[in-house]
Amino acid sequence: MDYSIKLGGEAGQGLQTVGDTLAKVFSRAGYHVFSHQDYESRVRGGHNFFQIRFSDGPVSAPREKINILAAFDNESIARYEGQLMEHGQVIYDSHSLKKSFGKPQFLDIPFEALALEHGGSKIMANTVATGAIMGMLGMEPDILLGLLRETFLRKGEDVVTANVSAAMAGHDFAVRECIKCSFALAPPGKPKMLISGVEAIGLGAVASGCKFYSAYPMTPSTGIMNYIADKEKEYGIIMEQAEDEIAAINMALGASFGGVRAMTGTSGGGFALMVEGVSLAAMTETPVVIALGQRPGPATGFPTRTEQAELLFAVHSAHGEFPRAVFAPGTPEQAFFLTNKAFDIAEKYQIPVFIVFDQHLADTQWTFDGFTLKEVRYTDYRLRGDLLKTLDTYKRHLFTENGVSPLGVPGDSRHLVVTDSDEHDEEGHMVEDAETRVRMVHKRLFRKLPLIAHEIAPPLLYGSAEPDIVIVGWGSTYGVLKESVEALRKEKRIAMLHFSEIYPFPSNENLRYLDVLRNAKLTICVENNATGQFARLMRAEKGYEFHTRINKYDGRPFTLEELLGELNAHIGRL
Amino acid sequence: MPTSEDYKGQAPAWCPGCGNFSILKAFVEALVELGIEPHQFTIVSGIGQGAKLPHYLKCNTFNGLHGRTLPVATGMKLANHEMRVIAVAGDGDCYGEGGNHLLHAMRRNIGLKLFVHDNQIYGLTKGQASPTSMEGMKTKTQPFGVFSEQLNPMALAVALDCSFVARGFAGEPEHLKGLIKEAMGHKGFSLVDILQPCVTFNKINTYEWYRQRVYHIEAEYNPEDRAEAFKRALQWGERIPLGILYRNNRPVYEERIPVIKDTPLVRQPFDPSNSGITFKEFY
Repeated sequence: MDYSIKLGGEAGQGLQTVGDTLAKVFSRAGYHVFSHQDYESRVRGGHNFFQIRFSDGPVSAPREKINILAAFDNESIARYEGQLMEHGQVIYDSHSLKKSFGKPQFLDIPFEALALEHGGSKIMANTVATGAIMGMLGMEPDILLGLLRETFLRKGEDVVTANVSAAMAGHDFAVRECIKCSFALAPPGKPKMLISGVEAIGLGAVASGCKFYSAYPMTPSTGIMNYIADKEKEYGIIMEQAEDEIAAINMALGASFGGVRAMTGTSGGGFALMVEGVSLAAMTETPVVIALGQRPGPATGFPTRTEQAELLFAVHSAHGEFPRAVFAPGTPEQAFFLTNKAFDIAEKYQIPVFIVFDQHLADTQWTFDGFTLKEVRYTDYRLRGDLLKTLDTYKRHLFTENGVSPLGVPGDSRHLVVTDSDEHDEEGHMVEDAETRVRMVHKRLFRKLPLIAHEIAPPLLYGSAEPDIVIVGWGSTYGVLKESVEALRKEKRIAMLHFSEIYPFPSNENLRYLDVLRNAKLTICVENNATGQFARLMRAEKGYEFHTRINKYDGRPFTLEELLGELNAHIGRL
Repeated sequence: MPTSEDYKGQAPAWCPGCGNFSILKAFVEALVELGIEPHQFTIVSGIGQGAKLPHYLKCNTFNGLHGRTLPVATGMKLANHEMRVIAVAGDGDCYGEGGNHLLHAMRRNIGLKLFVHDNQIYGLTKGQASPTSMEGMKTKTQPFGVFSEQLNPMALAVALDCSFVARGFAGEPEHLKGLIKEAMGHKGFSLVDILQPCVTFNKINTYEWYRQRVYHIEAEYNPEDRAEAFKRALQWGERIPLGILYRNNRPVYEERIPVIKDTPLVRQPFDPSNSGITFKEFY
């Protein structure tokens, strides 16, 4: 069982609500869910879709072929009718589309009329459609009805009852009328956790003790702001909407200097403005976590679409030479734990740490059995209160064996905490002499670097242990690469090498990935960008050149069918 | 009680006769008289001659980037609003590079004290026009003289309803000390613009030039009258008012944030196992 449902329509028609509801219903029923969205940079009109894939086994990538299309505009039919699988069904409302389709795979459901009749308002047409999809799939409506109750409880019992009636009307209509519906669902299981990429980053920050988040809204990172703002009161966090991205990173540095864990987030254009602040974090050795949500550039590019073209920007950003760490999660689960690790590394070594993600990961929802706080790292590396008071002397930038100086909290004792964006002495006061400069570079950069590099986990090898074919990726291509390996491994010795901790570049010690690559007959680096940025980094860091590359730069993520087609073309040439 | 000896820092690297010396002196005396000890406040500064001030005394210090004084200070104040956070900047730093931050800091009315060393010229980069340079002033980079209208920080602040707006003069350190003390005692955002002769690069706005023009705002002046404040703020040229031009009691930003109503953020402990995170919302 592996079904995909596509909801197509204009912005403002409520696709997101229907999509979120369906995804939640499936995850509560214990199915594995993967949902993704495609939307335009507009609030009303245009054309968007929301696609939900669910199965009794793990799913992690978008499919090109769909089983059910719910068309809320005519464009959905024009665009996606061809994606329908055999025995697939289109549902639509001929009254609102002002058009009828006589083909057998089309089912005309009067969403609006049923909403008016059973719910009392046309607004509930989406609830009718959601109920209808339950009916088509042969799913009991109880989970949906429970969810509607939770969602609308705040609006009163009348609204709950109206929505329940509307959902049941849609459900019953589909059960009665969709004679061609032949979906066979696996028995439901234990409810699963459903979470998106941006929620996972936000949750990771909250669970890491982030107390301050400052940002300027920019797709696709705004979801982190929204999530954290929603949790301010519950967990004692301040989310400050800054006047610009320059202010955002400087505020985060001010808060971090003040003694709390701080983070900022943005997308490429906003990050371009932040870059000077990255350098400031480095010079003042002020811990900060930066979430960088990639979208297609240059300039404003495709504001709401996806690309992996800011890896080298993150790795090389800012003037001067200093250590940093760059993580690129491939799933919401990795996003949660890597955000946690980002905070730990940032605080431990007093450096900027990046979480590089993209619109695709930001907006996709995945199911998991559940996250646990047991694996969350939390050590307070700062010197506070009595710990600071009992010191005889304190120097913010003290020369130490490992390069890490004591990070004191200003005001917690009589010891003064001083730092400077100018080159400075151990106390933090500006200097001009060559000797101090050299010692500081050693402290800040050379001593810390090997320790940071030691924290970096090796890439993930999935599939054959001795592969002939290795497909390599980083960040959000994780899911589609993994499923490609699963689809091809019956016939080929194939494996995926996925990098989620990218900089400092993982050493070859724990997992001898360079041997895996060198022993393979075909190595392919798959990236959602035009120039193969990871391939270039691999060559620069390890001197290894991939046999070939697959690059996609149309602003859309890879679908499974699409990548399999490209991979087979390369494999066929072997 | 602290004495001025407790504040002695590095020897200043300013030009002899620089207005910054008397600002530093007035500042230290104000702190001594207020009984504030070095560890009880933080100076956030940017880049410029005035921004070097925290190195020349003793205090918690974040000497950041040119123009970015206020956002760093804002972040720090939100992390620990019981800390006195003072921002020190120059006219190029605060009115030029960091202009946007100034507008929004005044809008927020966050409890920062901003002291601007306003010498109407760029000192550190050796003599280019600043936003407050007077129209017509010739410099190496403005060979035909400054064409742009001089920025009026006092009028800008009154227009934005900044909750404390004052002007001091480096040539009158006693008066300036009083203003610094008043600003330190004010709860919301305070802007003190300090006229500061640059003896090396600004040959127009000299000690003498200022002395002929400045006057003390009379005792019966009501600084809560915004319209009157705006009139005074517009005075420049023949007569330049010194003193508190405007003040109000607008709500203070940090006092409106529910999360830090009882305890500063920095003193709210965190323990992941006791954080109350249940993941329930995702099921």
